[in-house]
Amino acid sequence: MTQLPASTDRQLGLVIDLDTCVGCHACVTSCKGWNTENYGAPLSDQEPYGGDPSGTFLNRIHSYEVQPETGPAQLIHFPKSCLHCEDAPCVPVCPTGASYKRSEDGIVLVNESDCIGCGLCAWACPYGARELDQAEGVMKKCTLCVDRIYNENLPEEDRVPACVRTCPAGARHFGDLSDPESAVSQLVAERGGMDLMPEQGARPANKYLPPRPKDSWEGETDVLAPFLTPVAEEPKGFLGWLDRALEKI
Amino acid sequence: MHPAASIIAFTSLSGLGFGLLFWLGIDATPPTGWTAFVFFAIGIGLAGAGLISSTFHLGRPERALKAFTQWQTSWLSREAWCAVAAFAVMGLYALLLIFSEVRVAVLGWLGAWLSVVTVYTTSMIYAQLKTVPRWHHWSTSALFLTLSLAGGALLSGRVSIAMVLLLIAGGLQMWWWRDGDKRLAASGTDLASATGLGGIGAVRSFEPPHTGSNYLLREMVHVVGRKHAQKLRLIALALMMALPVVLLLLPFHHILALAAVLSHVAGVFVARWLFFAEAEHVVGLYYGKR
Repeated sequence: MTQLPASTDRQLGLVIDLDTCVGCHACVTSCKGWNTENYGAPLSDQEPYGGDPSGTFLNRIHSYEVQPETGPAQLIHFPKSCLHCEDAPCVPVCPTGASYKRSEDGIVLVNESDCIGCGLCAWACPYGARELDQAEGVMKKCTLCVDRIYNENLPEEDRVPACVRTCPAGARHFGDLSDPESAVSQLVAERGGMDLMPEQGARPANKYLPPRPKDSWEGETDVLAPFLTPVAEEPKGFLGWLDRALEKI
Repeated sequence: MHPAASIIAFTSLSGLGFGLLFWLGIDATPPTGWTAFVFFAIGIGLAGAGLISSTFHLGRPERALKAFTQWQTSWLSREAWCAVAAFAVMGLYALLLIFSEVRVAVLGWLGAWLSVVTVYTTSMIYAQLKTVPRWHHWSTSALFLTLSLAGGALLSGRVSIAMVLLLIAGGLQMWWWRDGDKRLAASGTDLASATGLGGIGAVRSFEPPHTGSNYLLREMVHVVGRKHAQKLRLIALALMMALPVVLLLLPFHHILALAAVLSHVAGVFVARWLFFAEAEHVVGLYYGKR
């Protein structure tokens, strides 16, 4: 049924550290690699080697430039996948019941054999987390690697989403966000984890840790600074004469 | 949003068809025999053609029947049920009028009500979406309903009612465009709230995730058609409202009435194209677009 569960036993999700992410896209590659071979239809590409390549991805990394009022601009890499919202707007709009939120762990999934590919769930999602696979005609989305996290055939350290397992910077964390004692909840509390587009009212489970304040350019003096006084403050010689002559005109 | 031909045809044609069925349903002296056959065939034909064209928008049209299951939550599912119910009731009402020349008023009223509710459910598929602030407003349903009733009145030959409704629909459409232009800004969703980075400073999209396009951009960030939006709005209004009203004011002739209908339908198509092409989905913000 496409009714959202009244409550979930747990709410699994990701915590993404915008301070740590280096924008390497390793999580994009590992996500596509795992998910094209496992749960549901493969993630197809159209014209992958042609003039207009495109394809289905469950995780995409944006990069934003943020210009503070003073100081240099900051470049922030911004991974975005399904946020497994508590009030997932993509679920109740589904006419077939293919889109659902699990009551046991809060994961939002698509039952691909029921999906008619109407695209309404993708329209309802503010985050662009759902993509209609052009080869299969069904909606694809992040499953939080539901086929890894409970998979007892995998070594225990691999029972996390592929993106988390692969992140070389340790910018992605996986856990139960409904448990205030969990490591991810502690991290969110400690670092001021935030919701994206809170005004949309979807109550996303995934949280984003804001970048830490950057070092300032002002008021900092290095111990070696006195030895690094500028070499030539005033132009001398011919340039000095030219400077003075031009000033007088 | 991508203005797909299938959904423009779906919303325009089914709106017109159900509008006509509404007027036929509440008519105290409805046509009978062959005349009834023609009128009901046009109404059911237009509405049916619209619904069939909507299935071309599906990735898996062979599973379309599954769309009847989630009427408790999904406006799309409710629309499917209402449309089928309206067809069944109006079909029976029509058969009795055509073959026995008997008017069962209750059936007519029920069918008329179901026809209007179907148009309302269609409008709610769009108006429910918080992610498209231009659509997420009560006036989207009002616009769909008045356009449907105006077109239906025109098709059923109710000249004076049609003129009044056309003017109301045209006025509402103008206001909907003007007010709609402000709704994205009024929604409070912008790149700062989308990224949560607005507290640091001004946010700008530096680099998209991929060099190529993707489903999200093709489906929800359609910006091509906005260039001529103002001209198209005038064209839509002229065809949808002004020209039909002028033609109806002239001494009545079937050719003029036909021209009024065709002009109105063409205008509704242009307006519906703009309805999709101008609609900004908030996901576009992540791509530095709107």
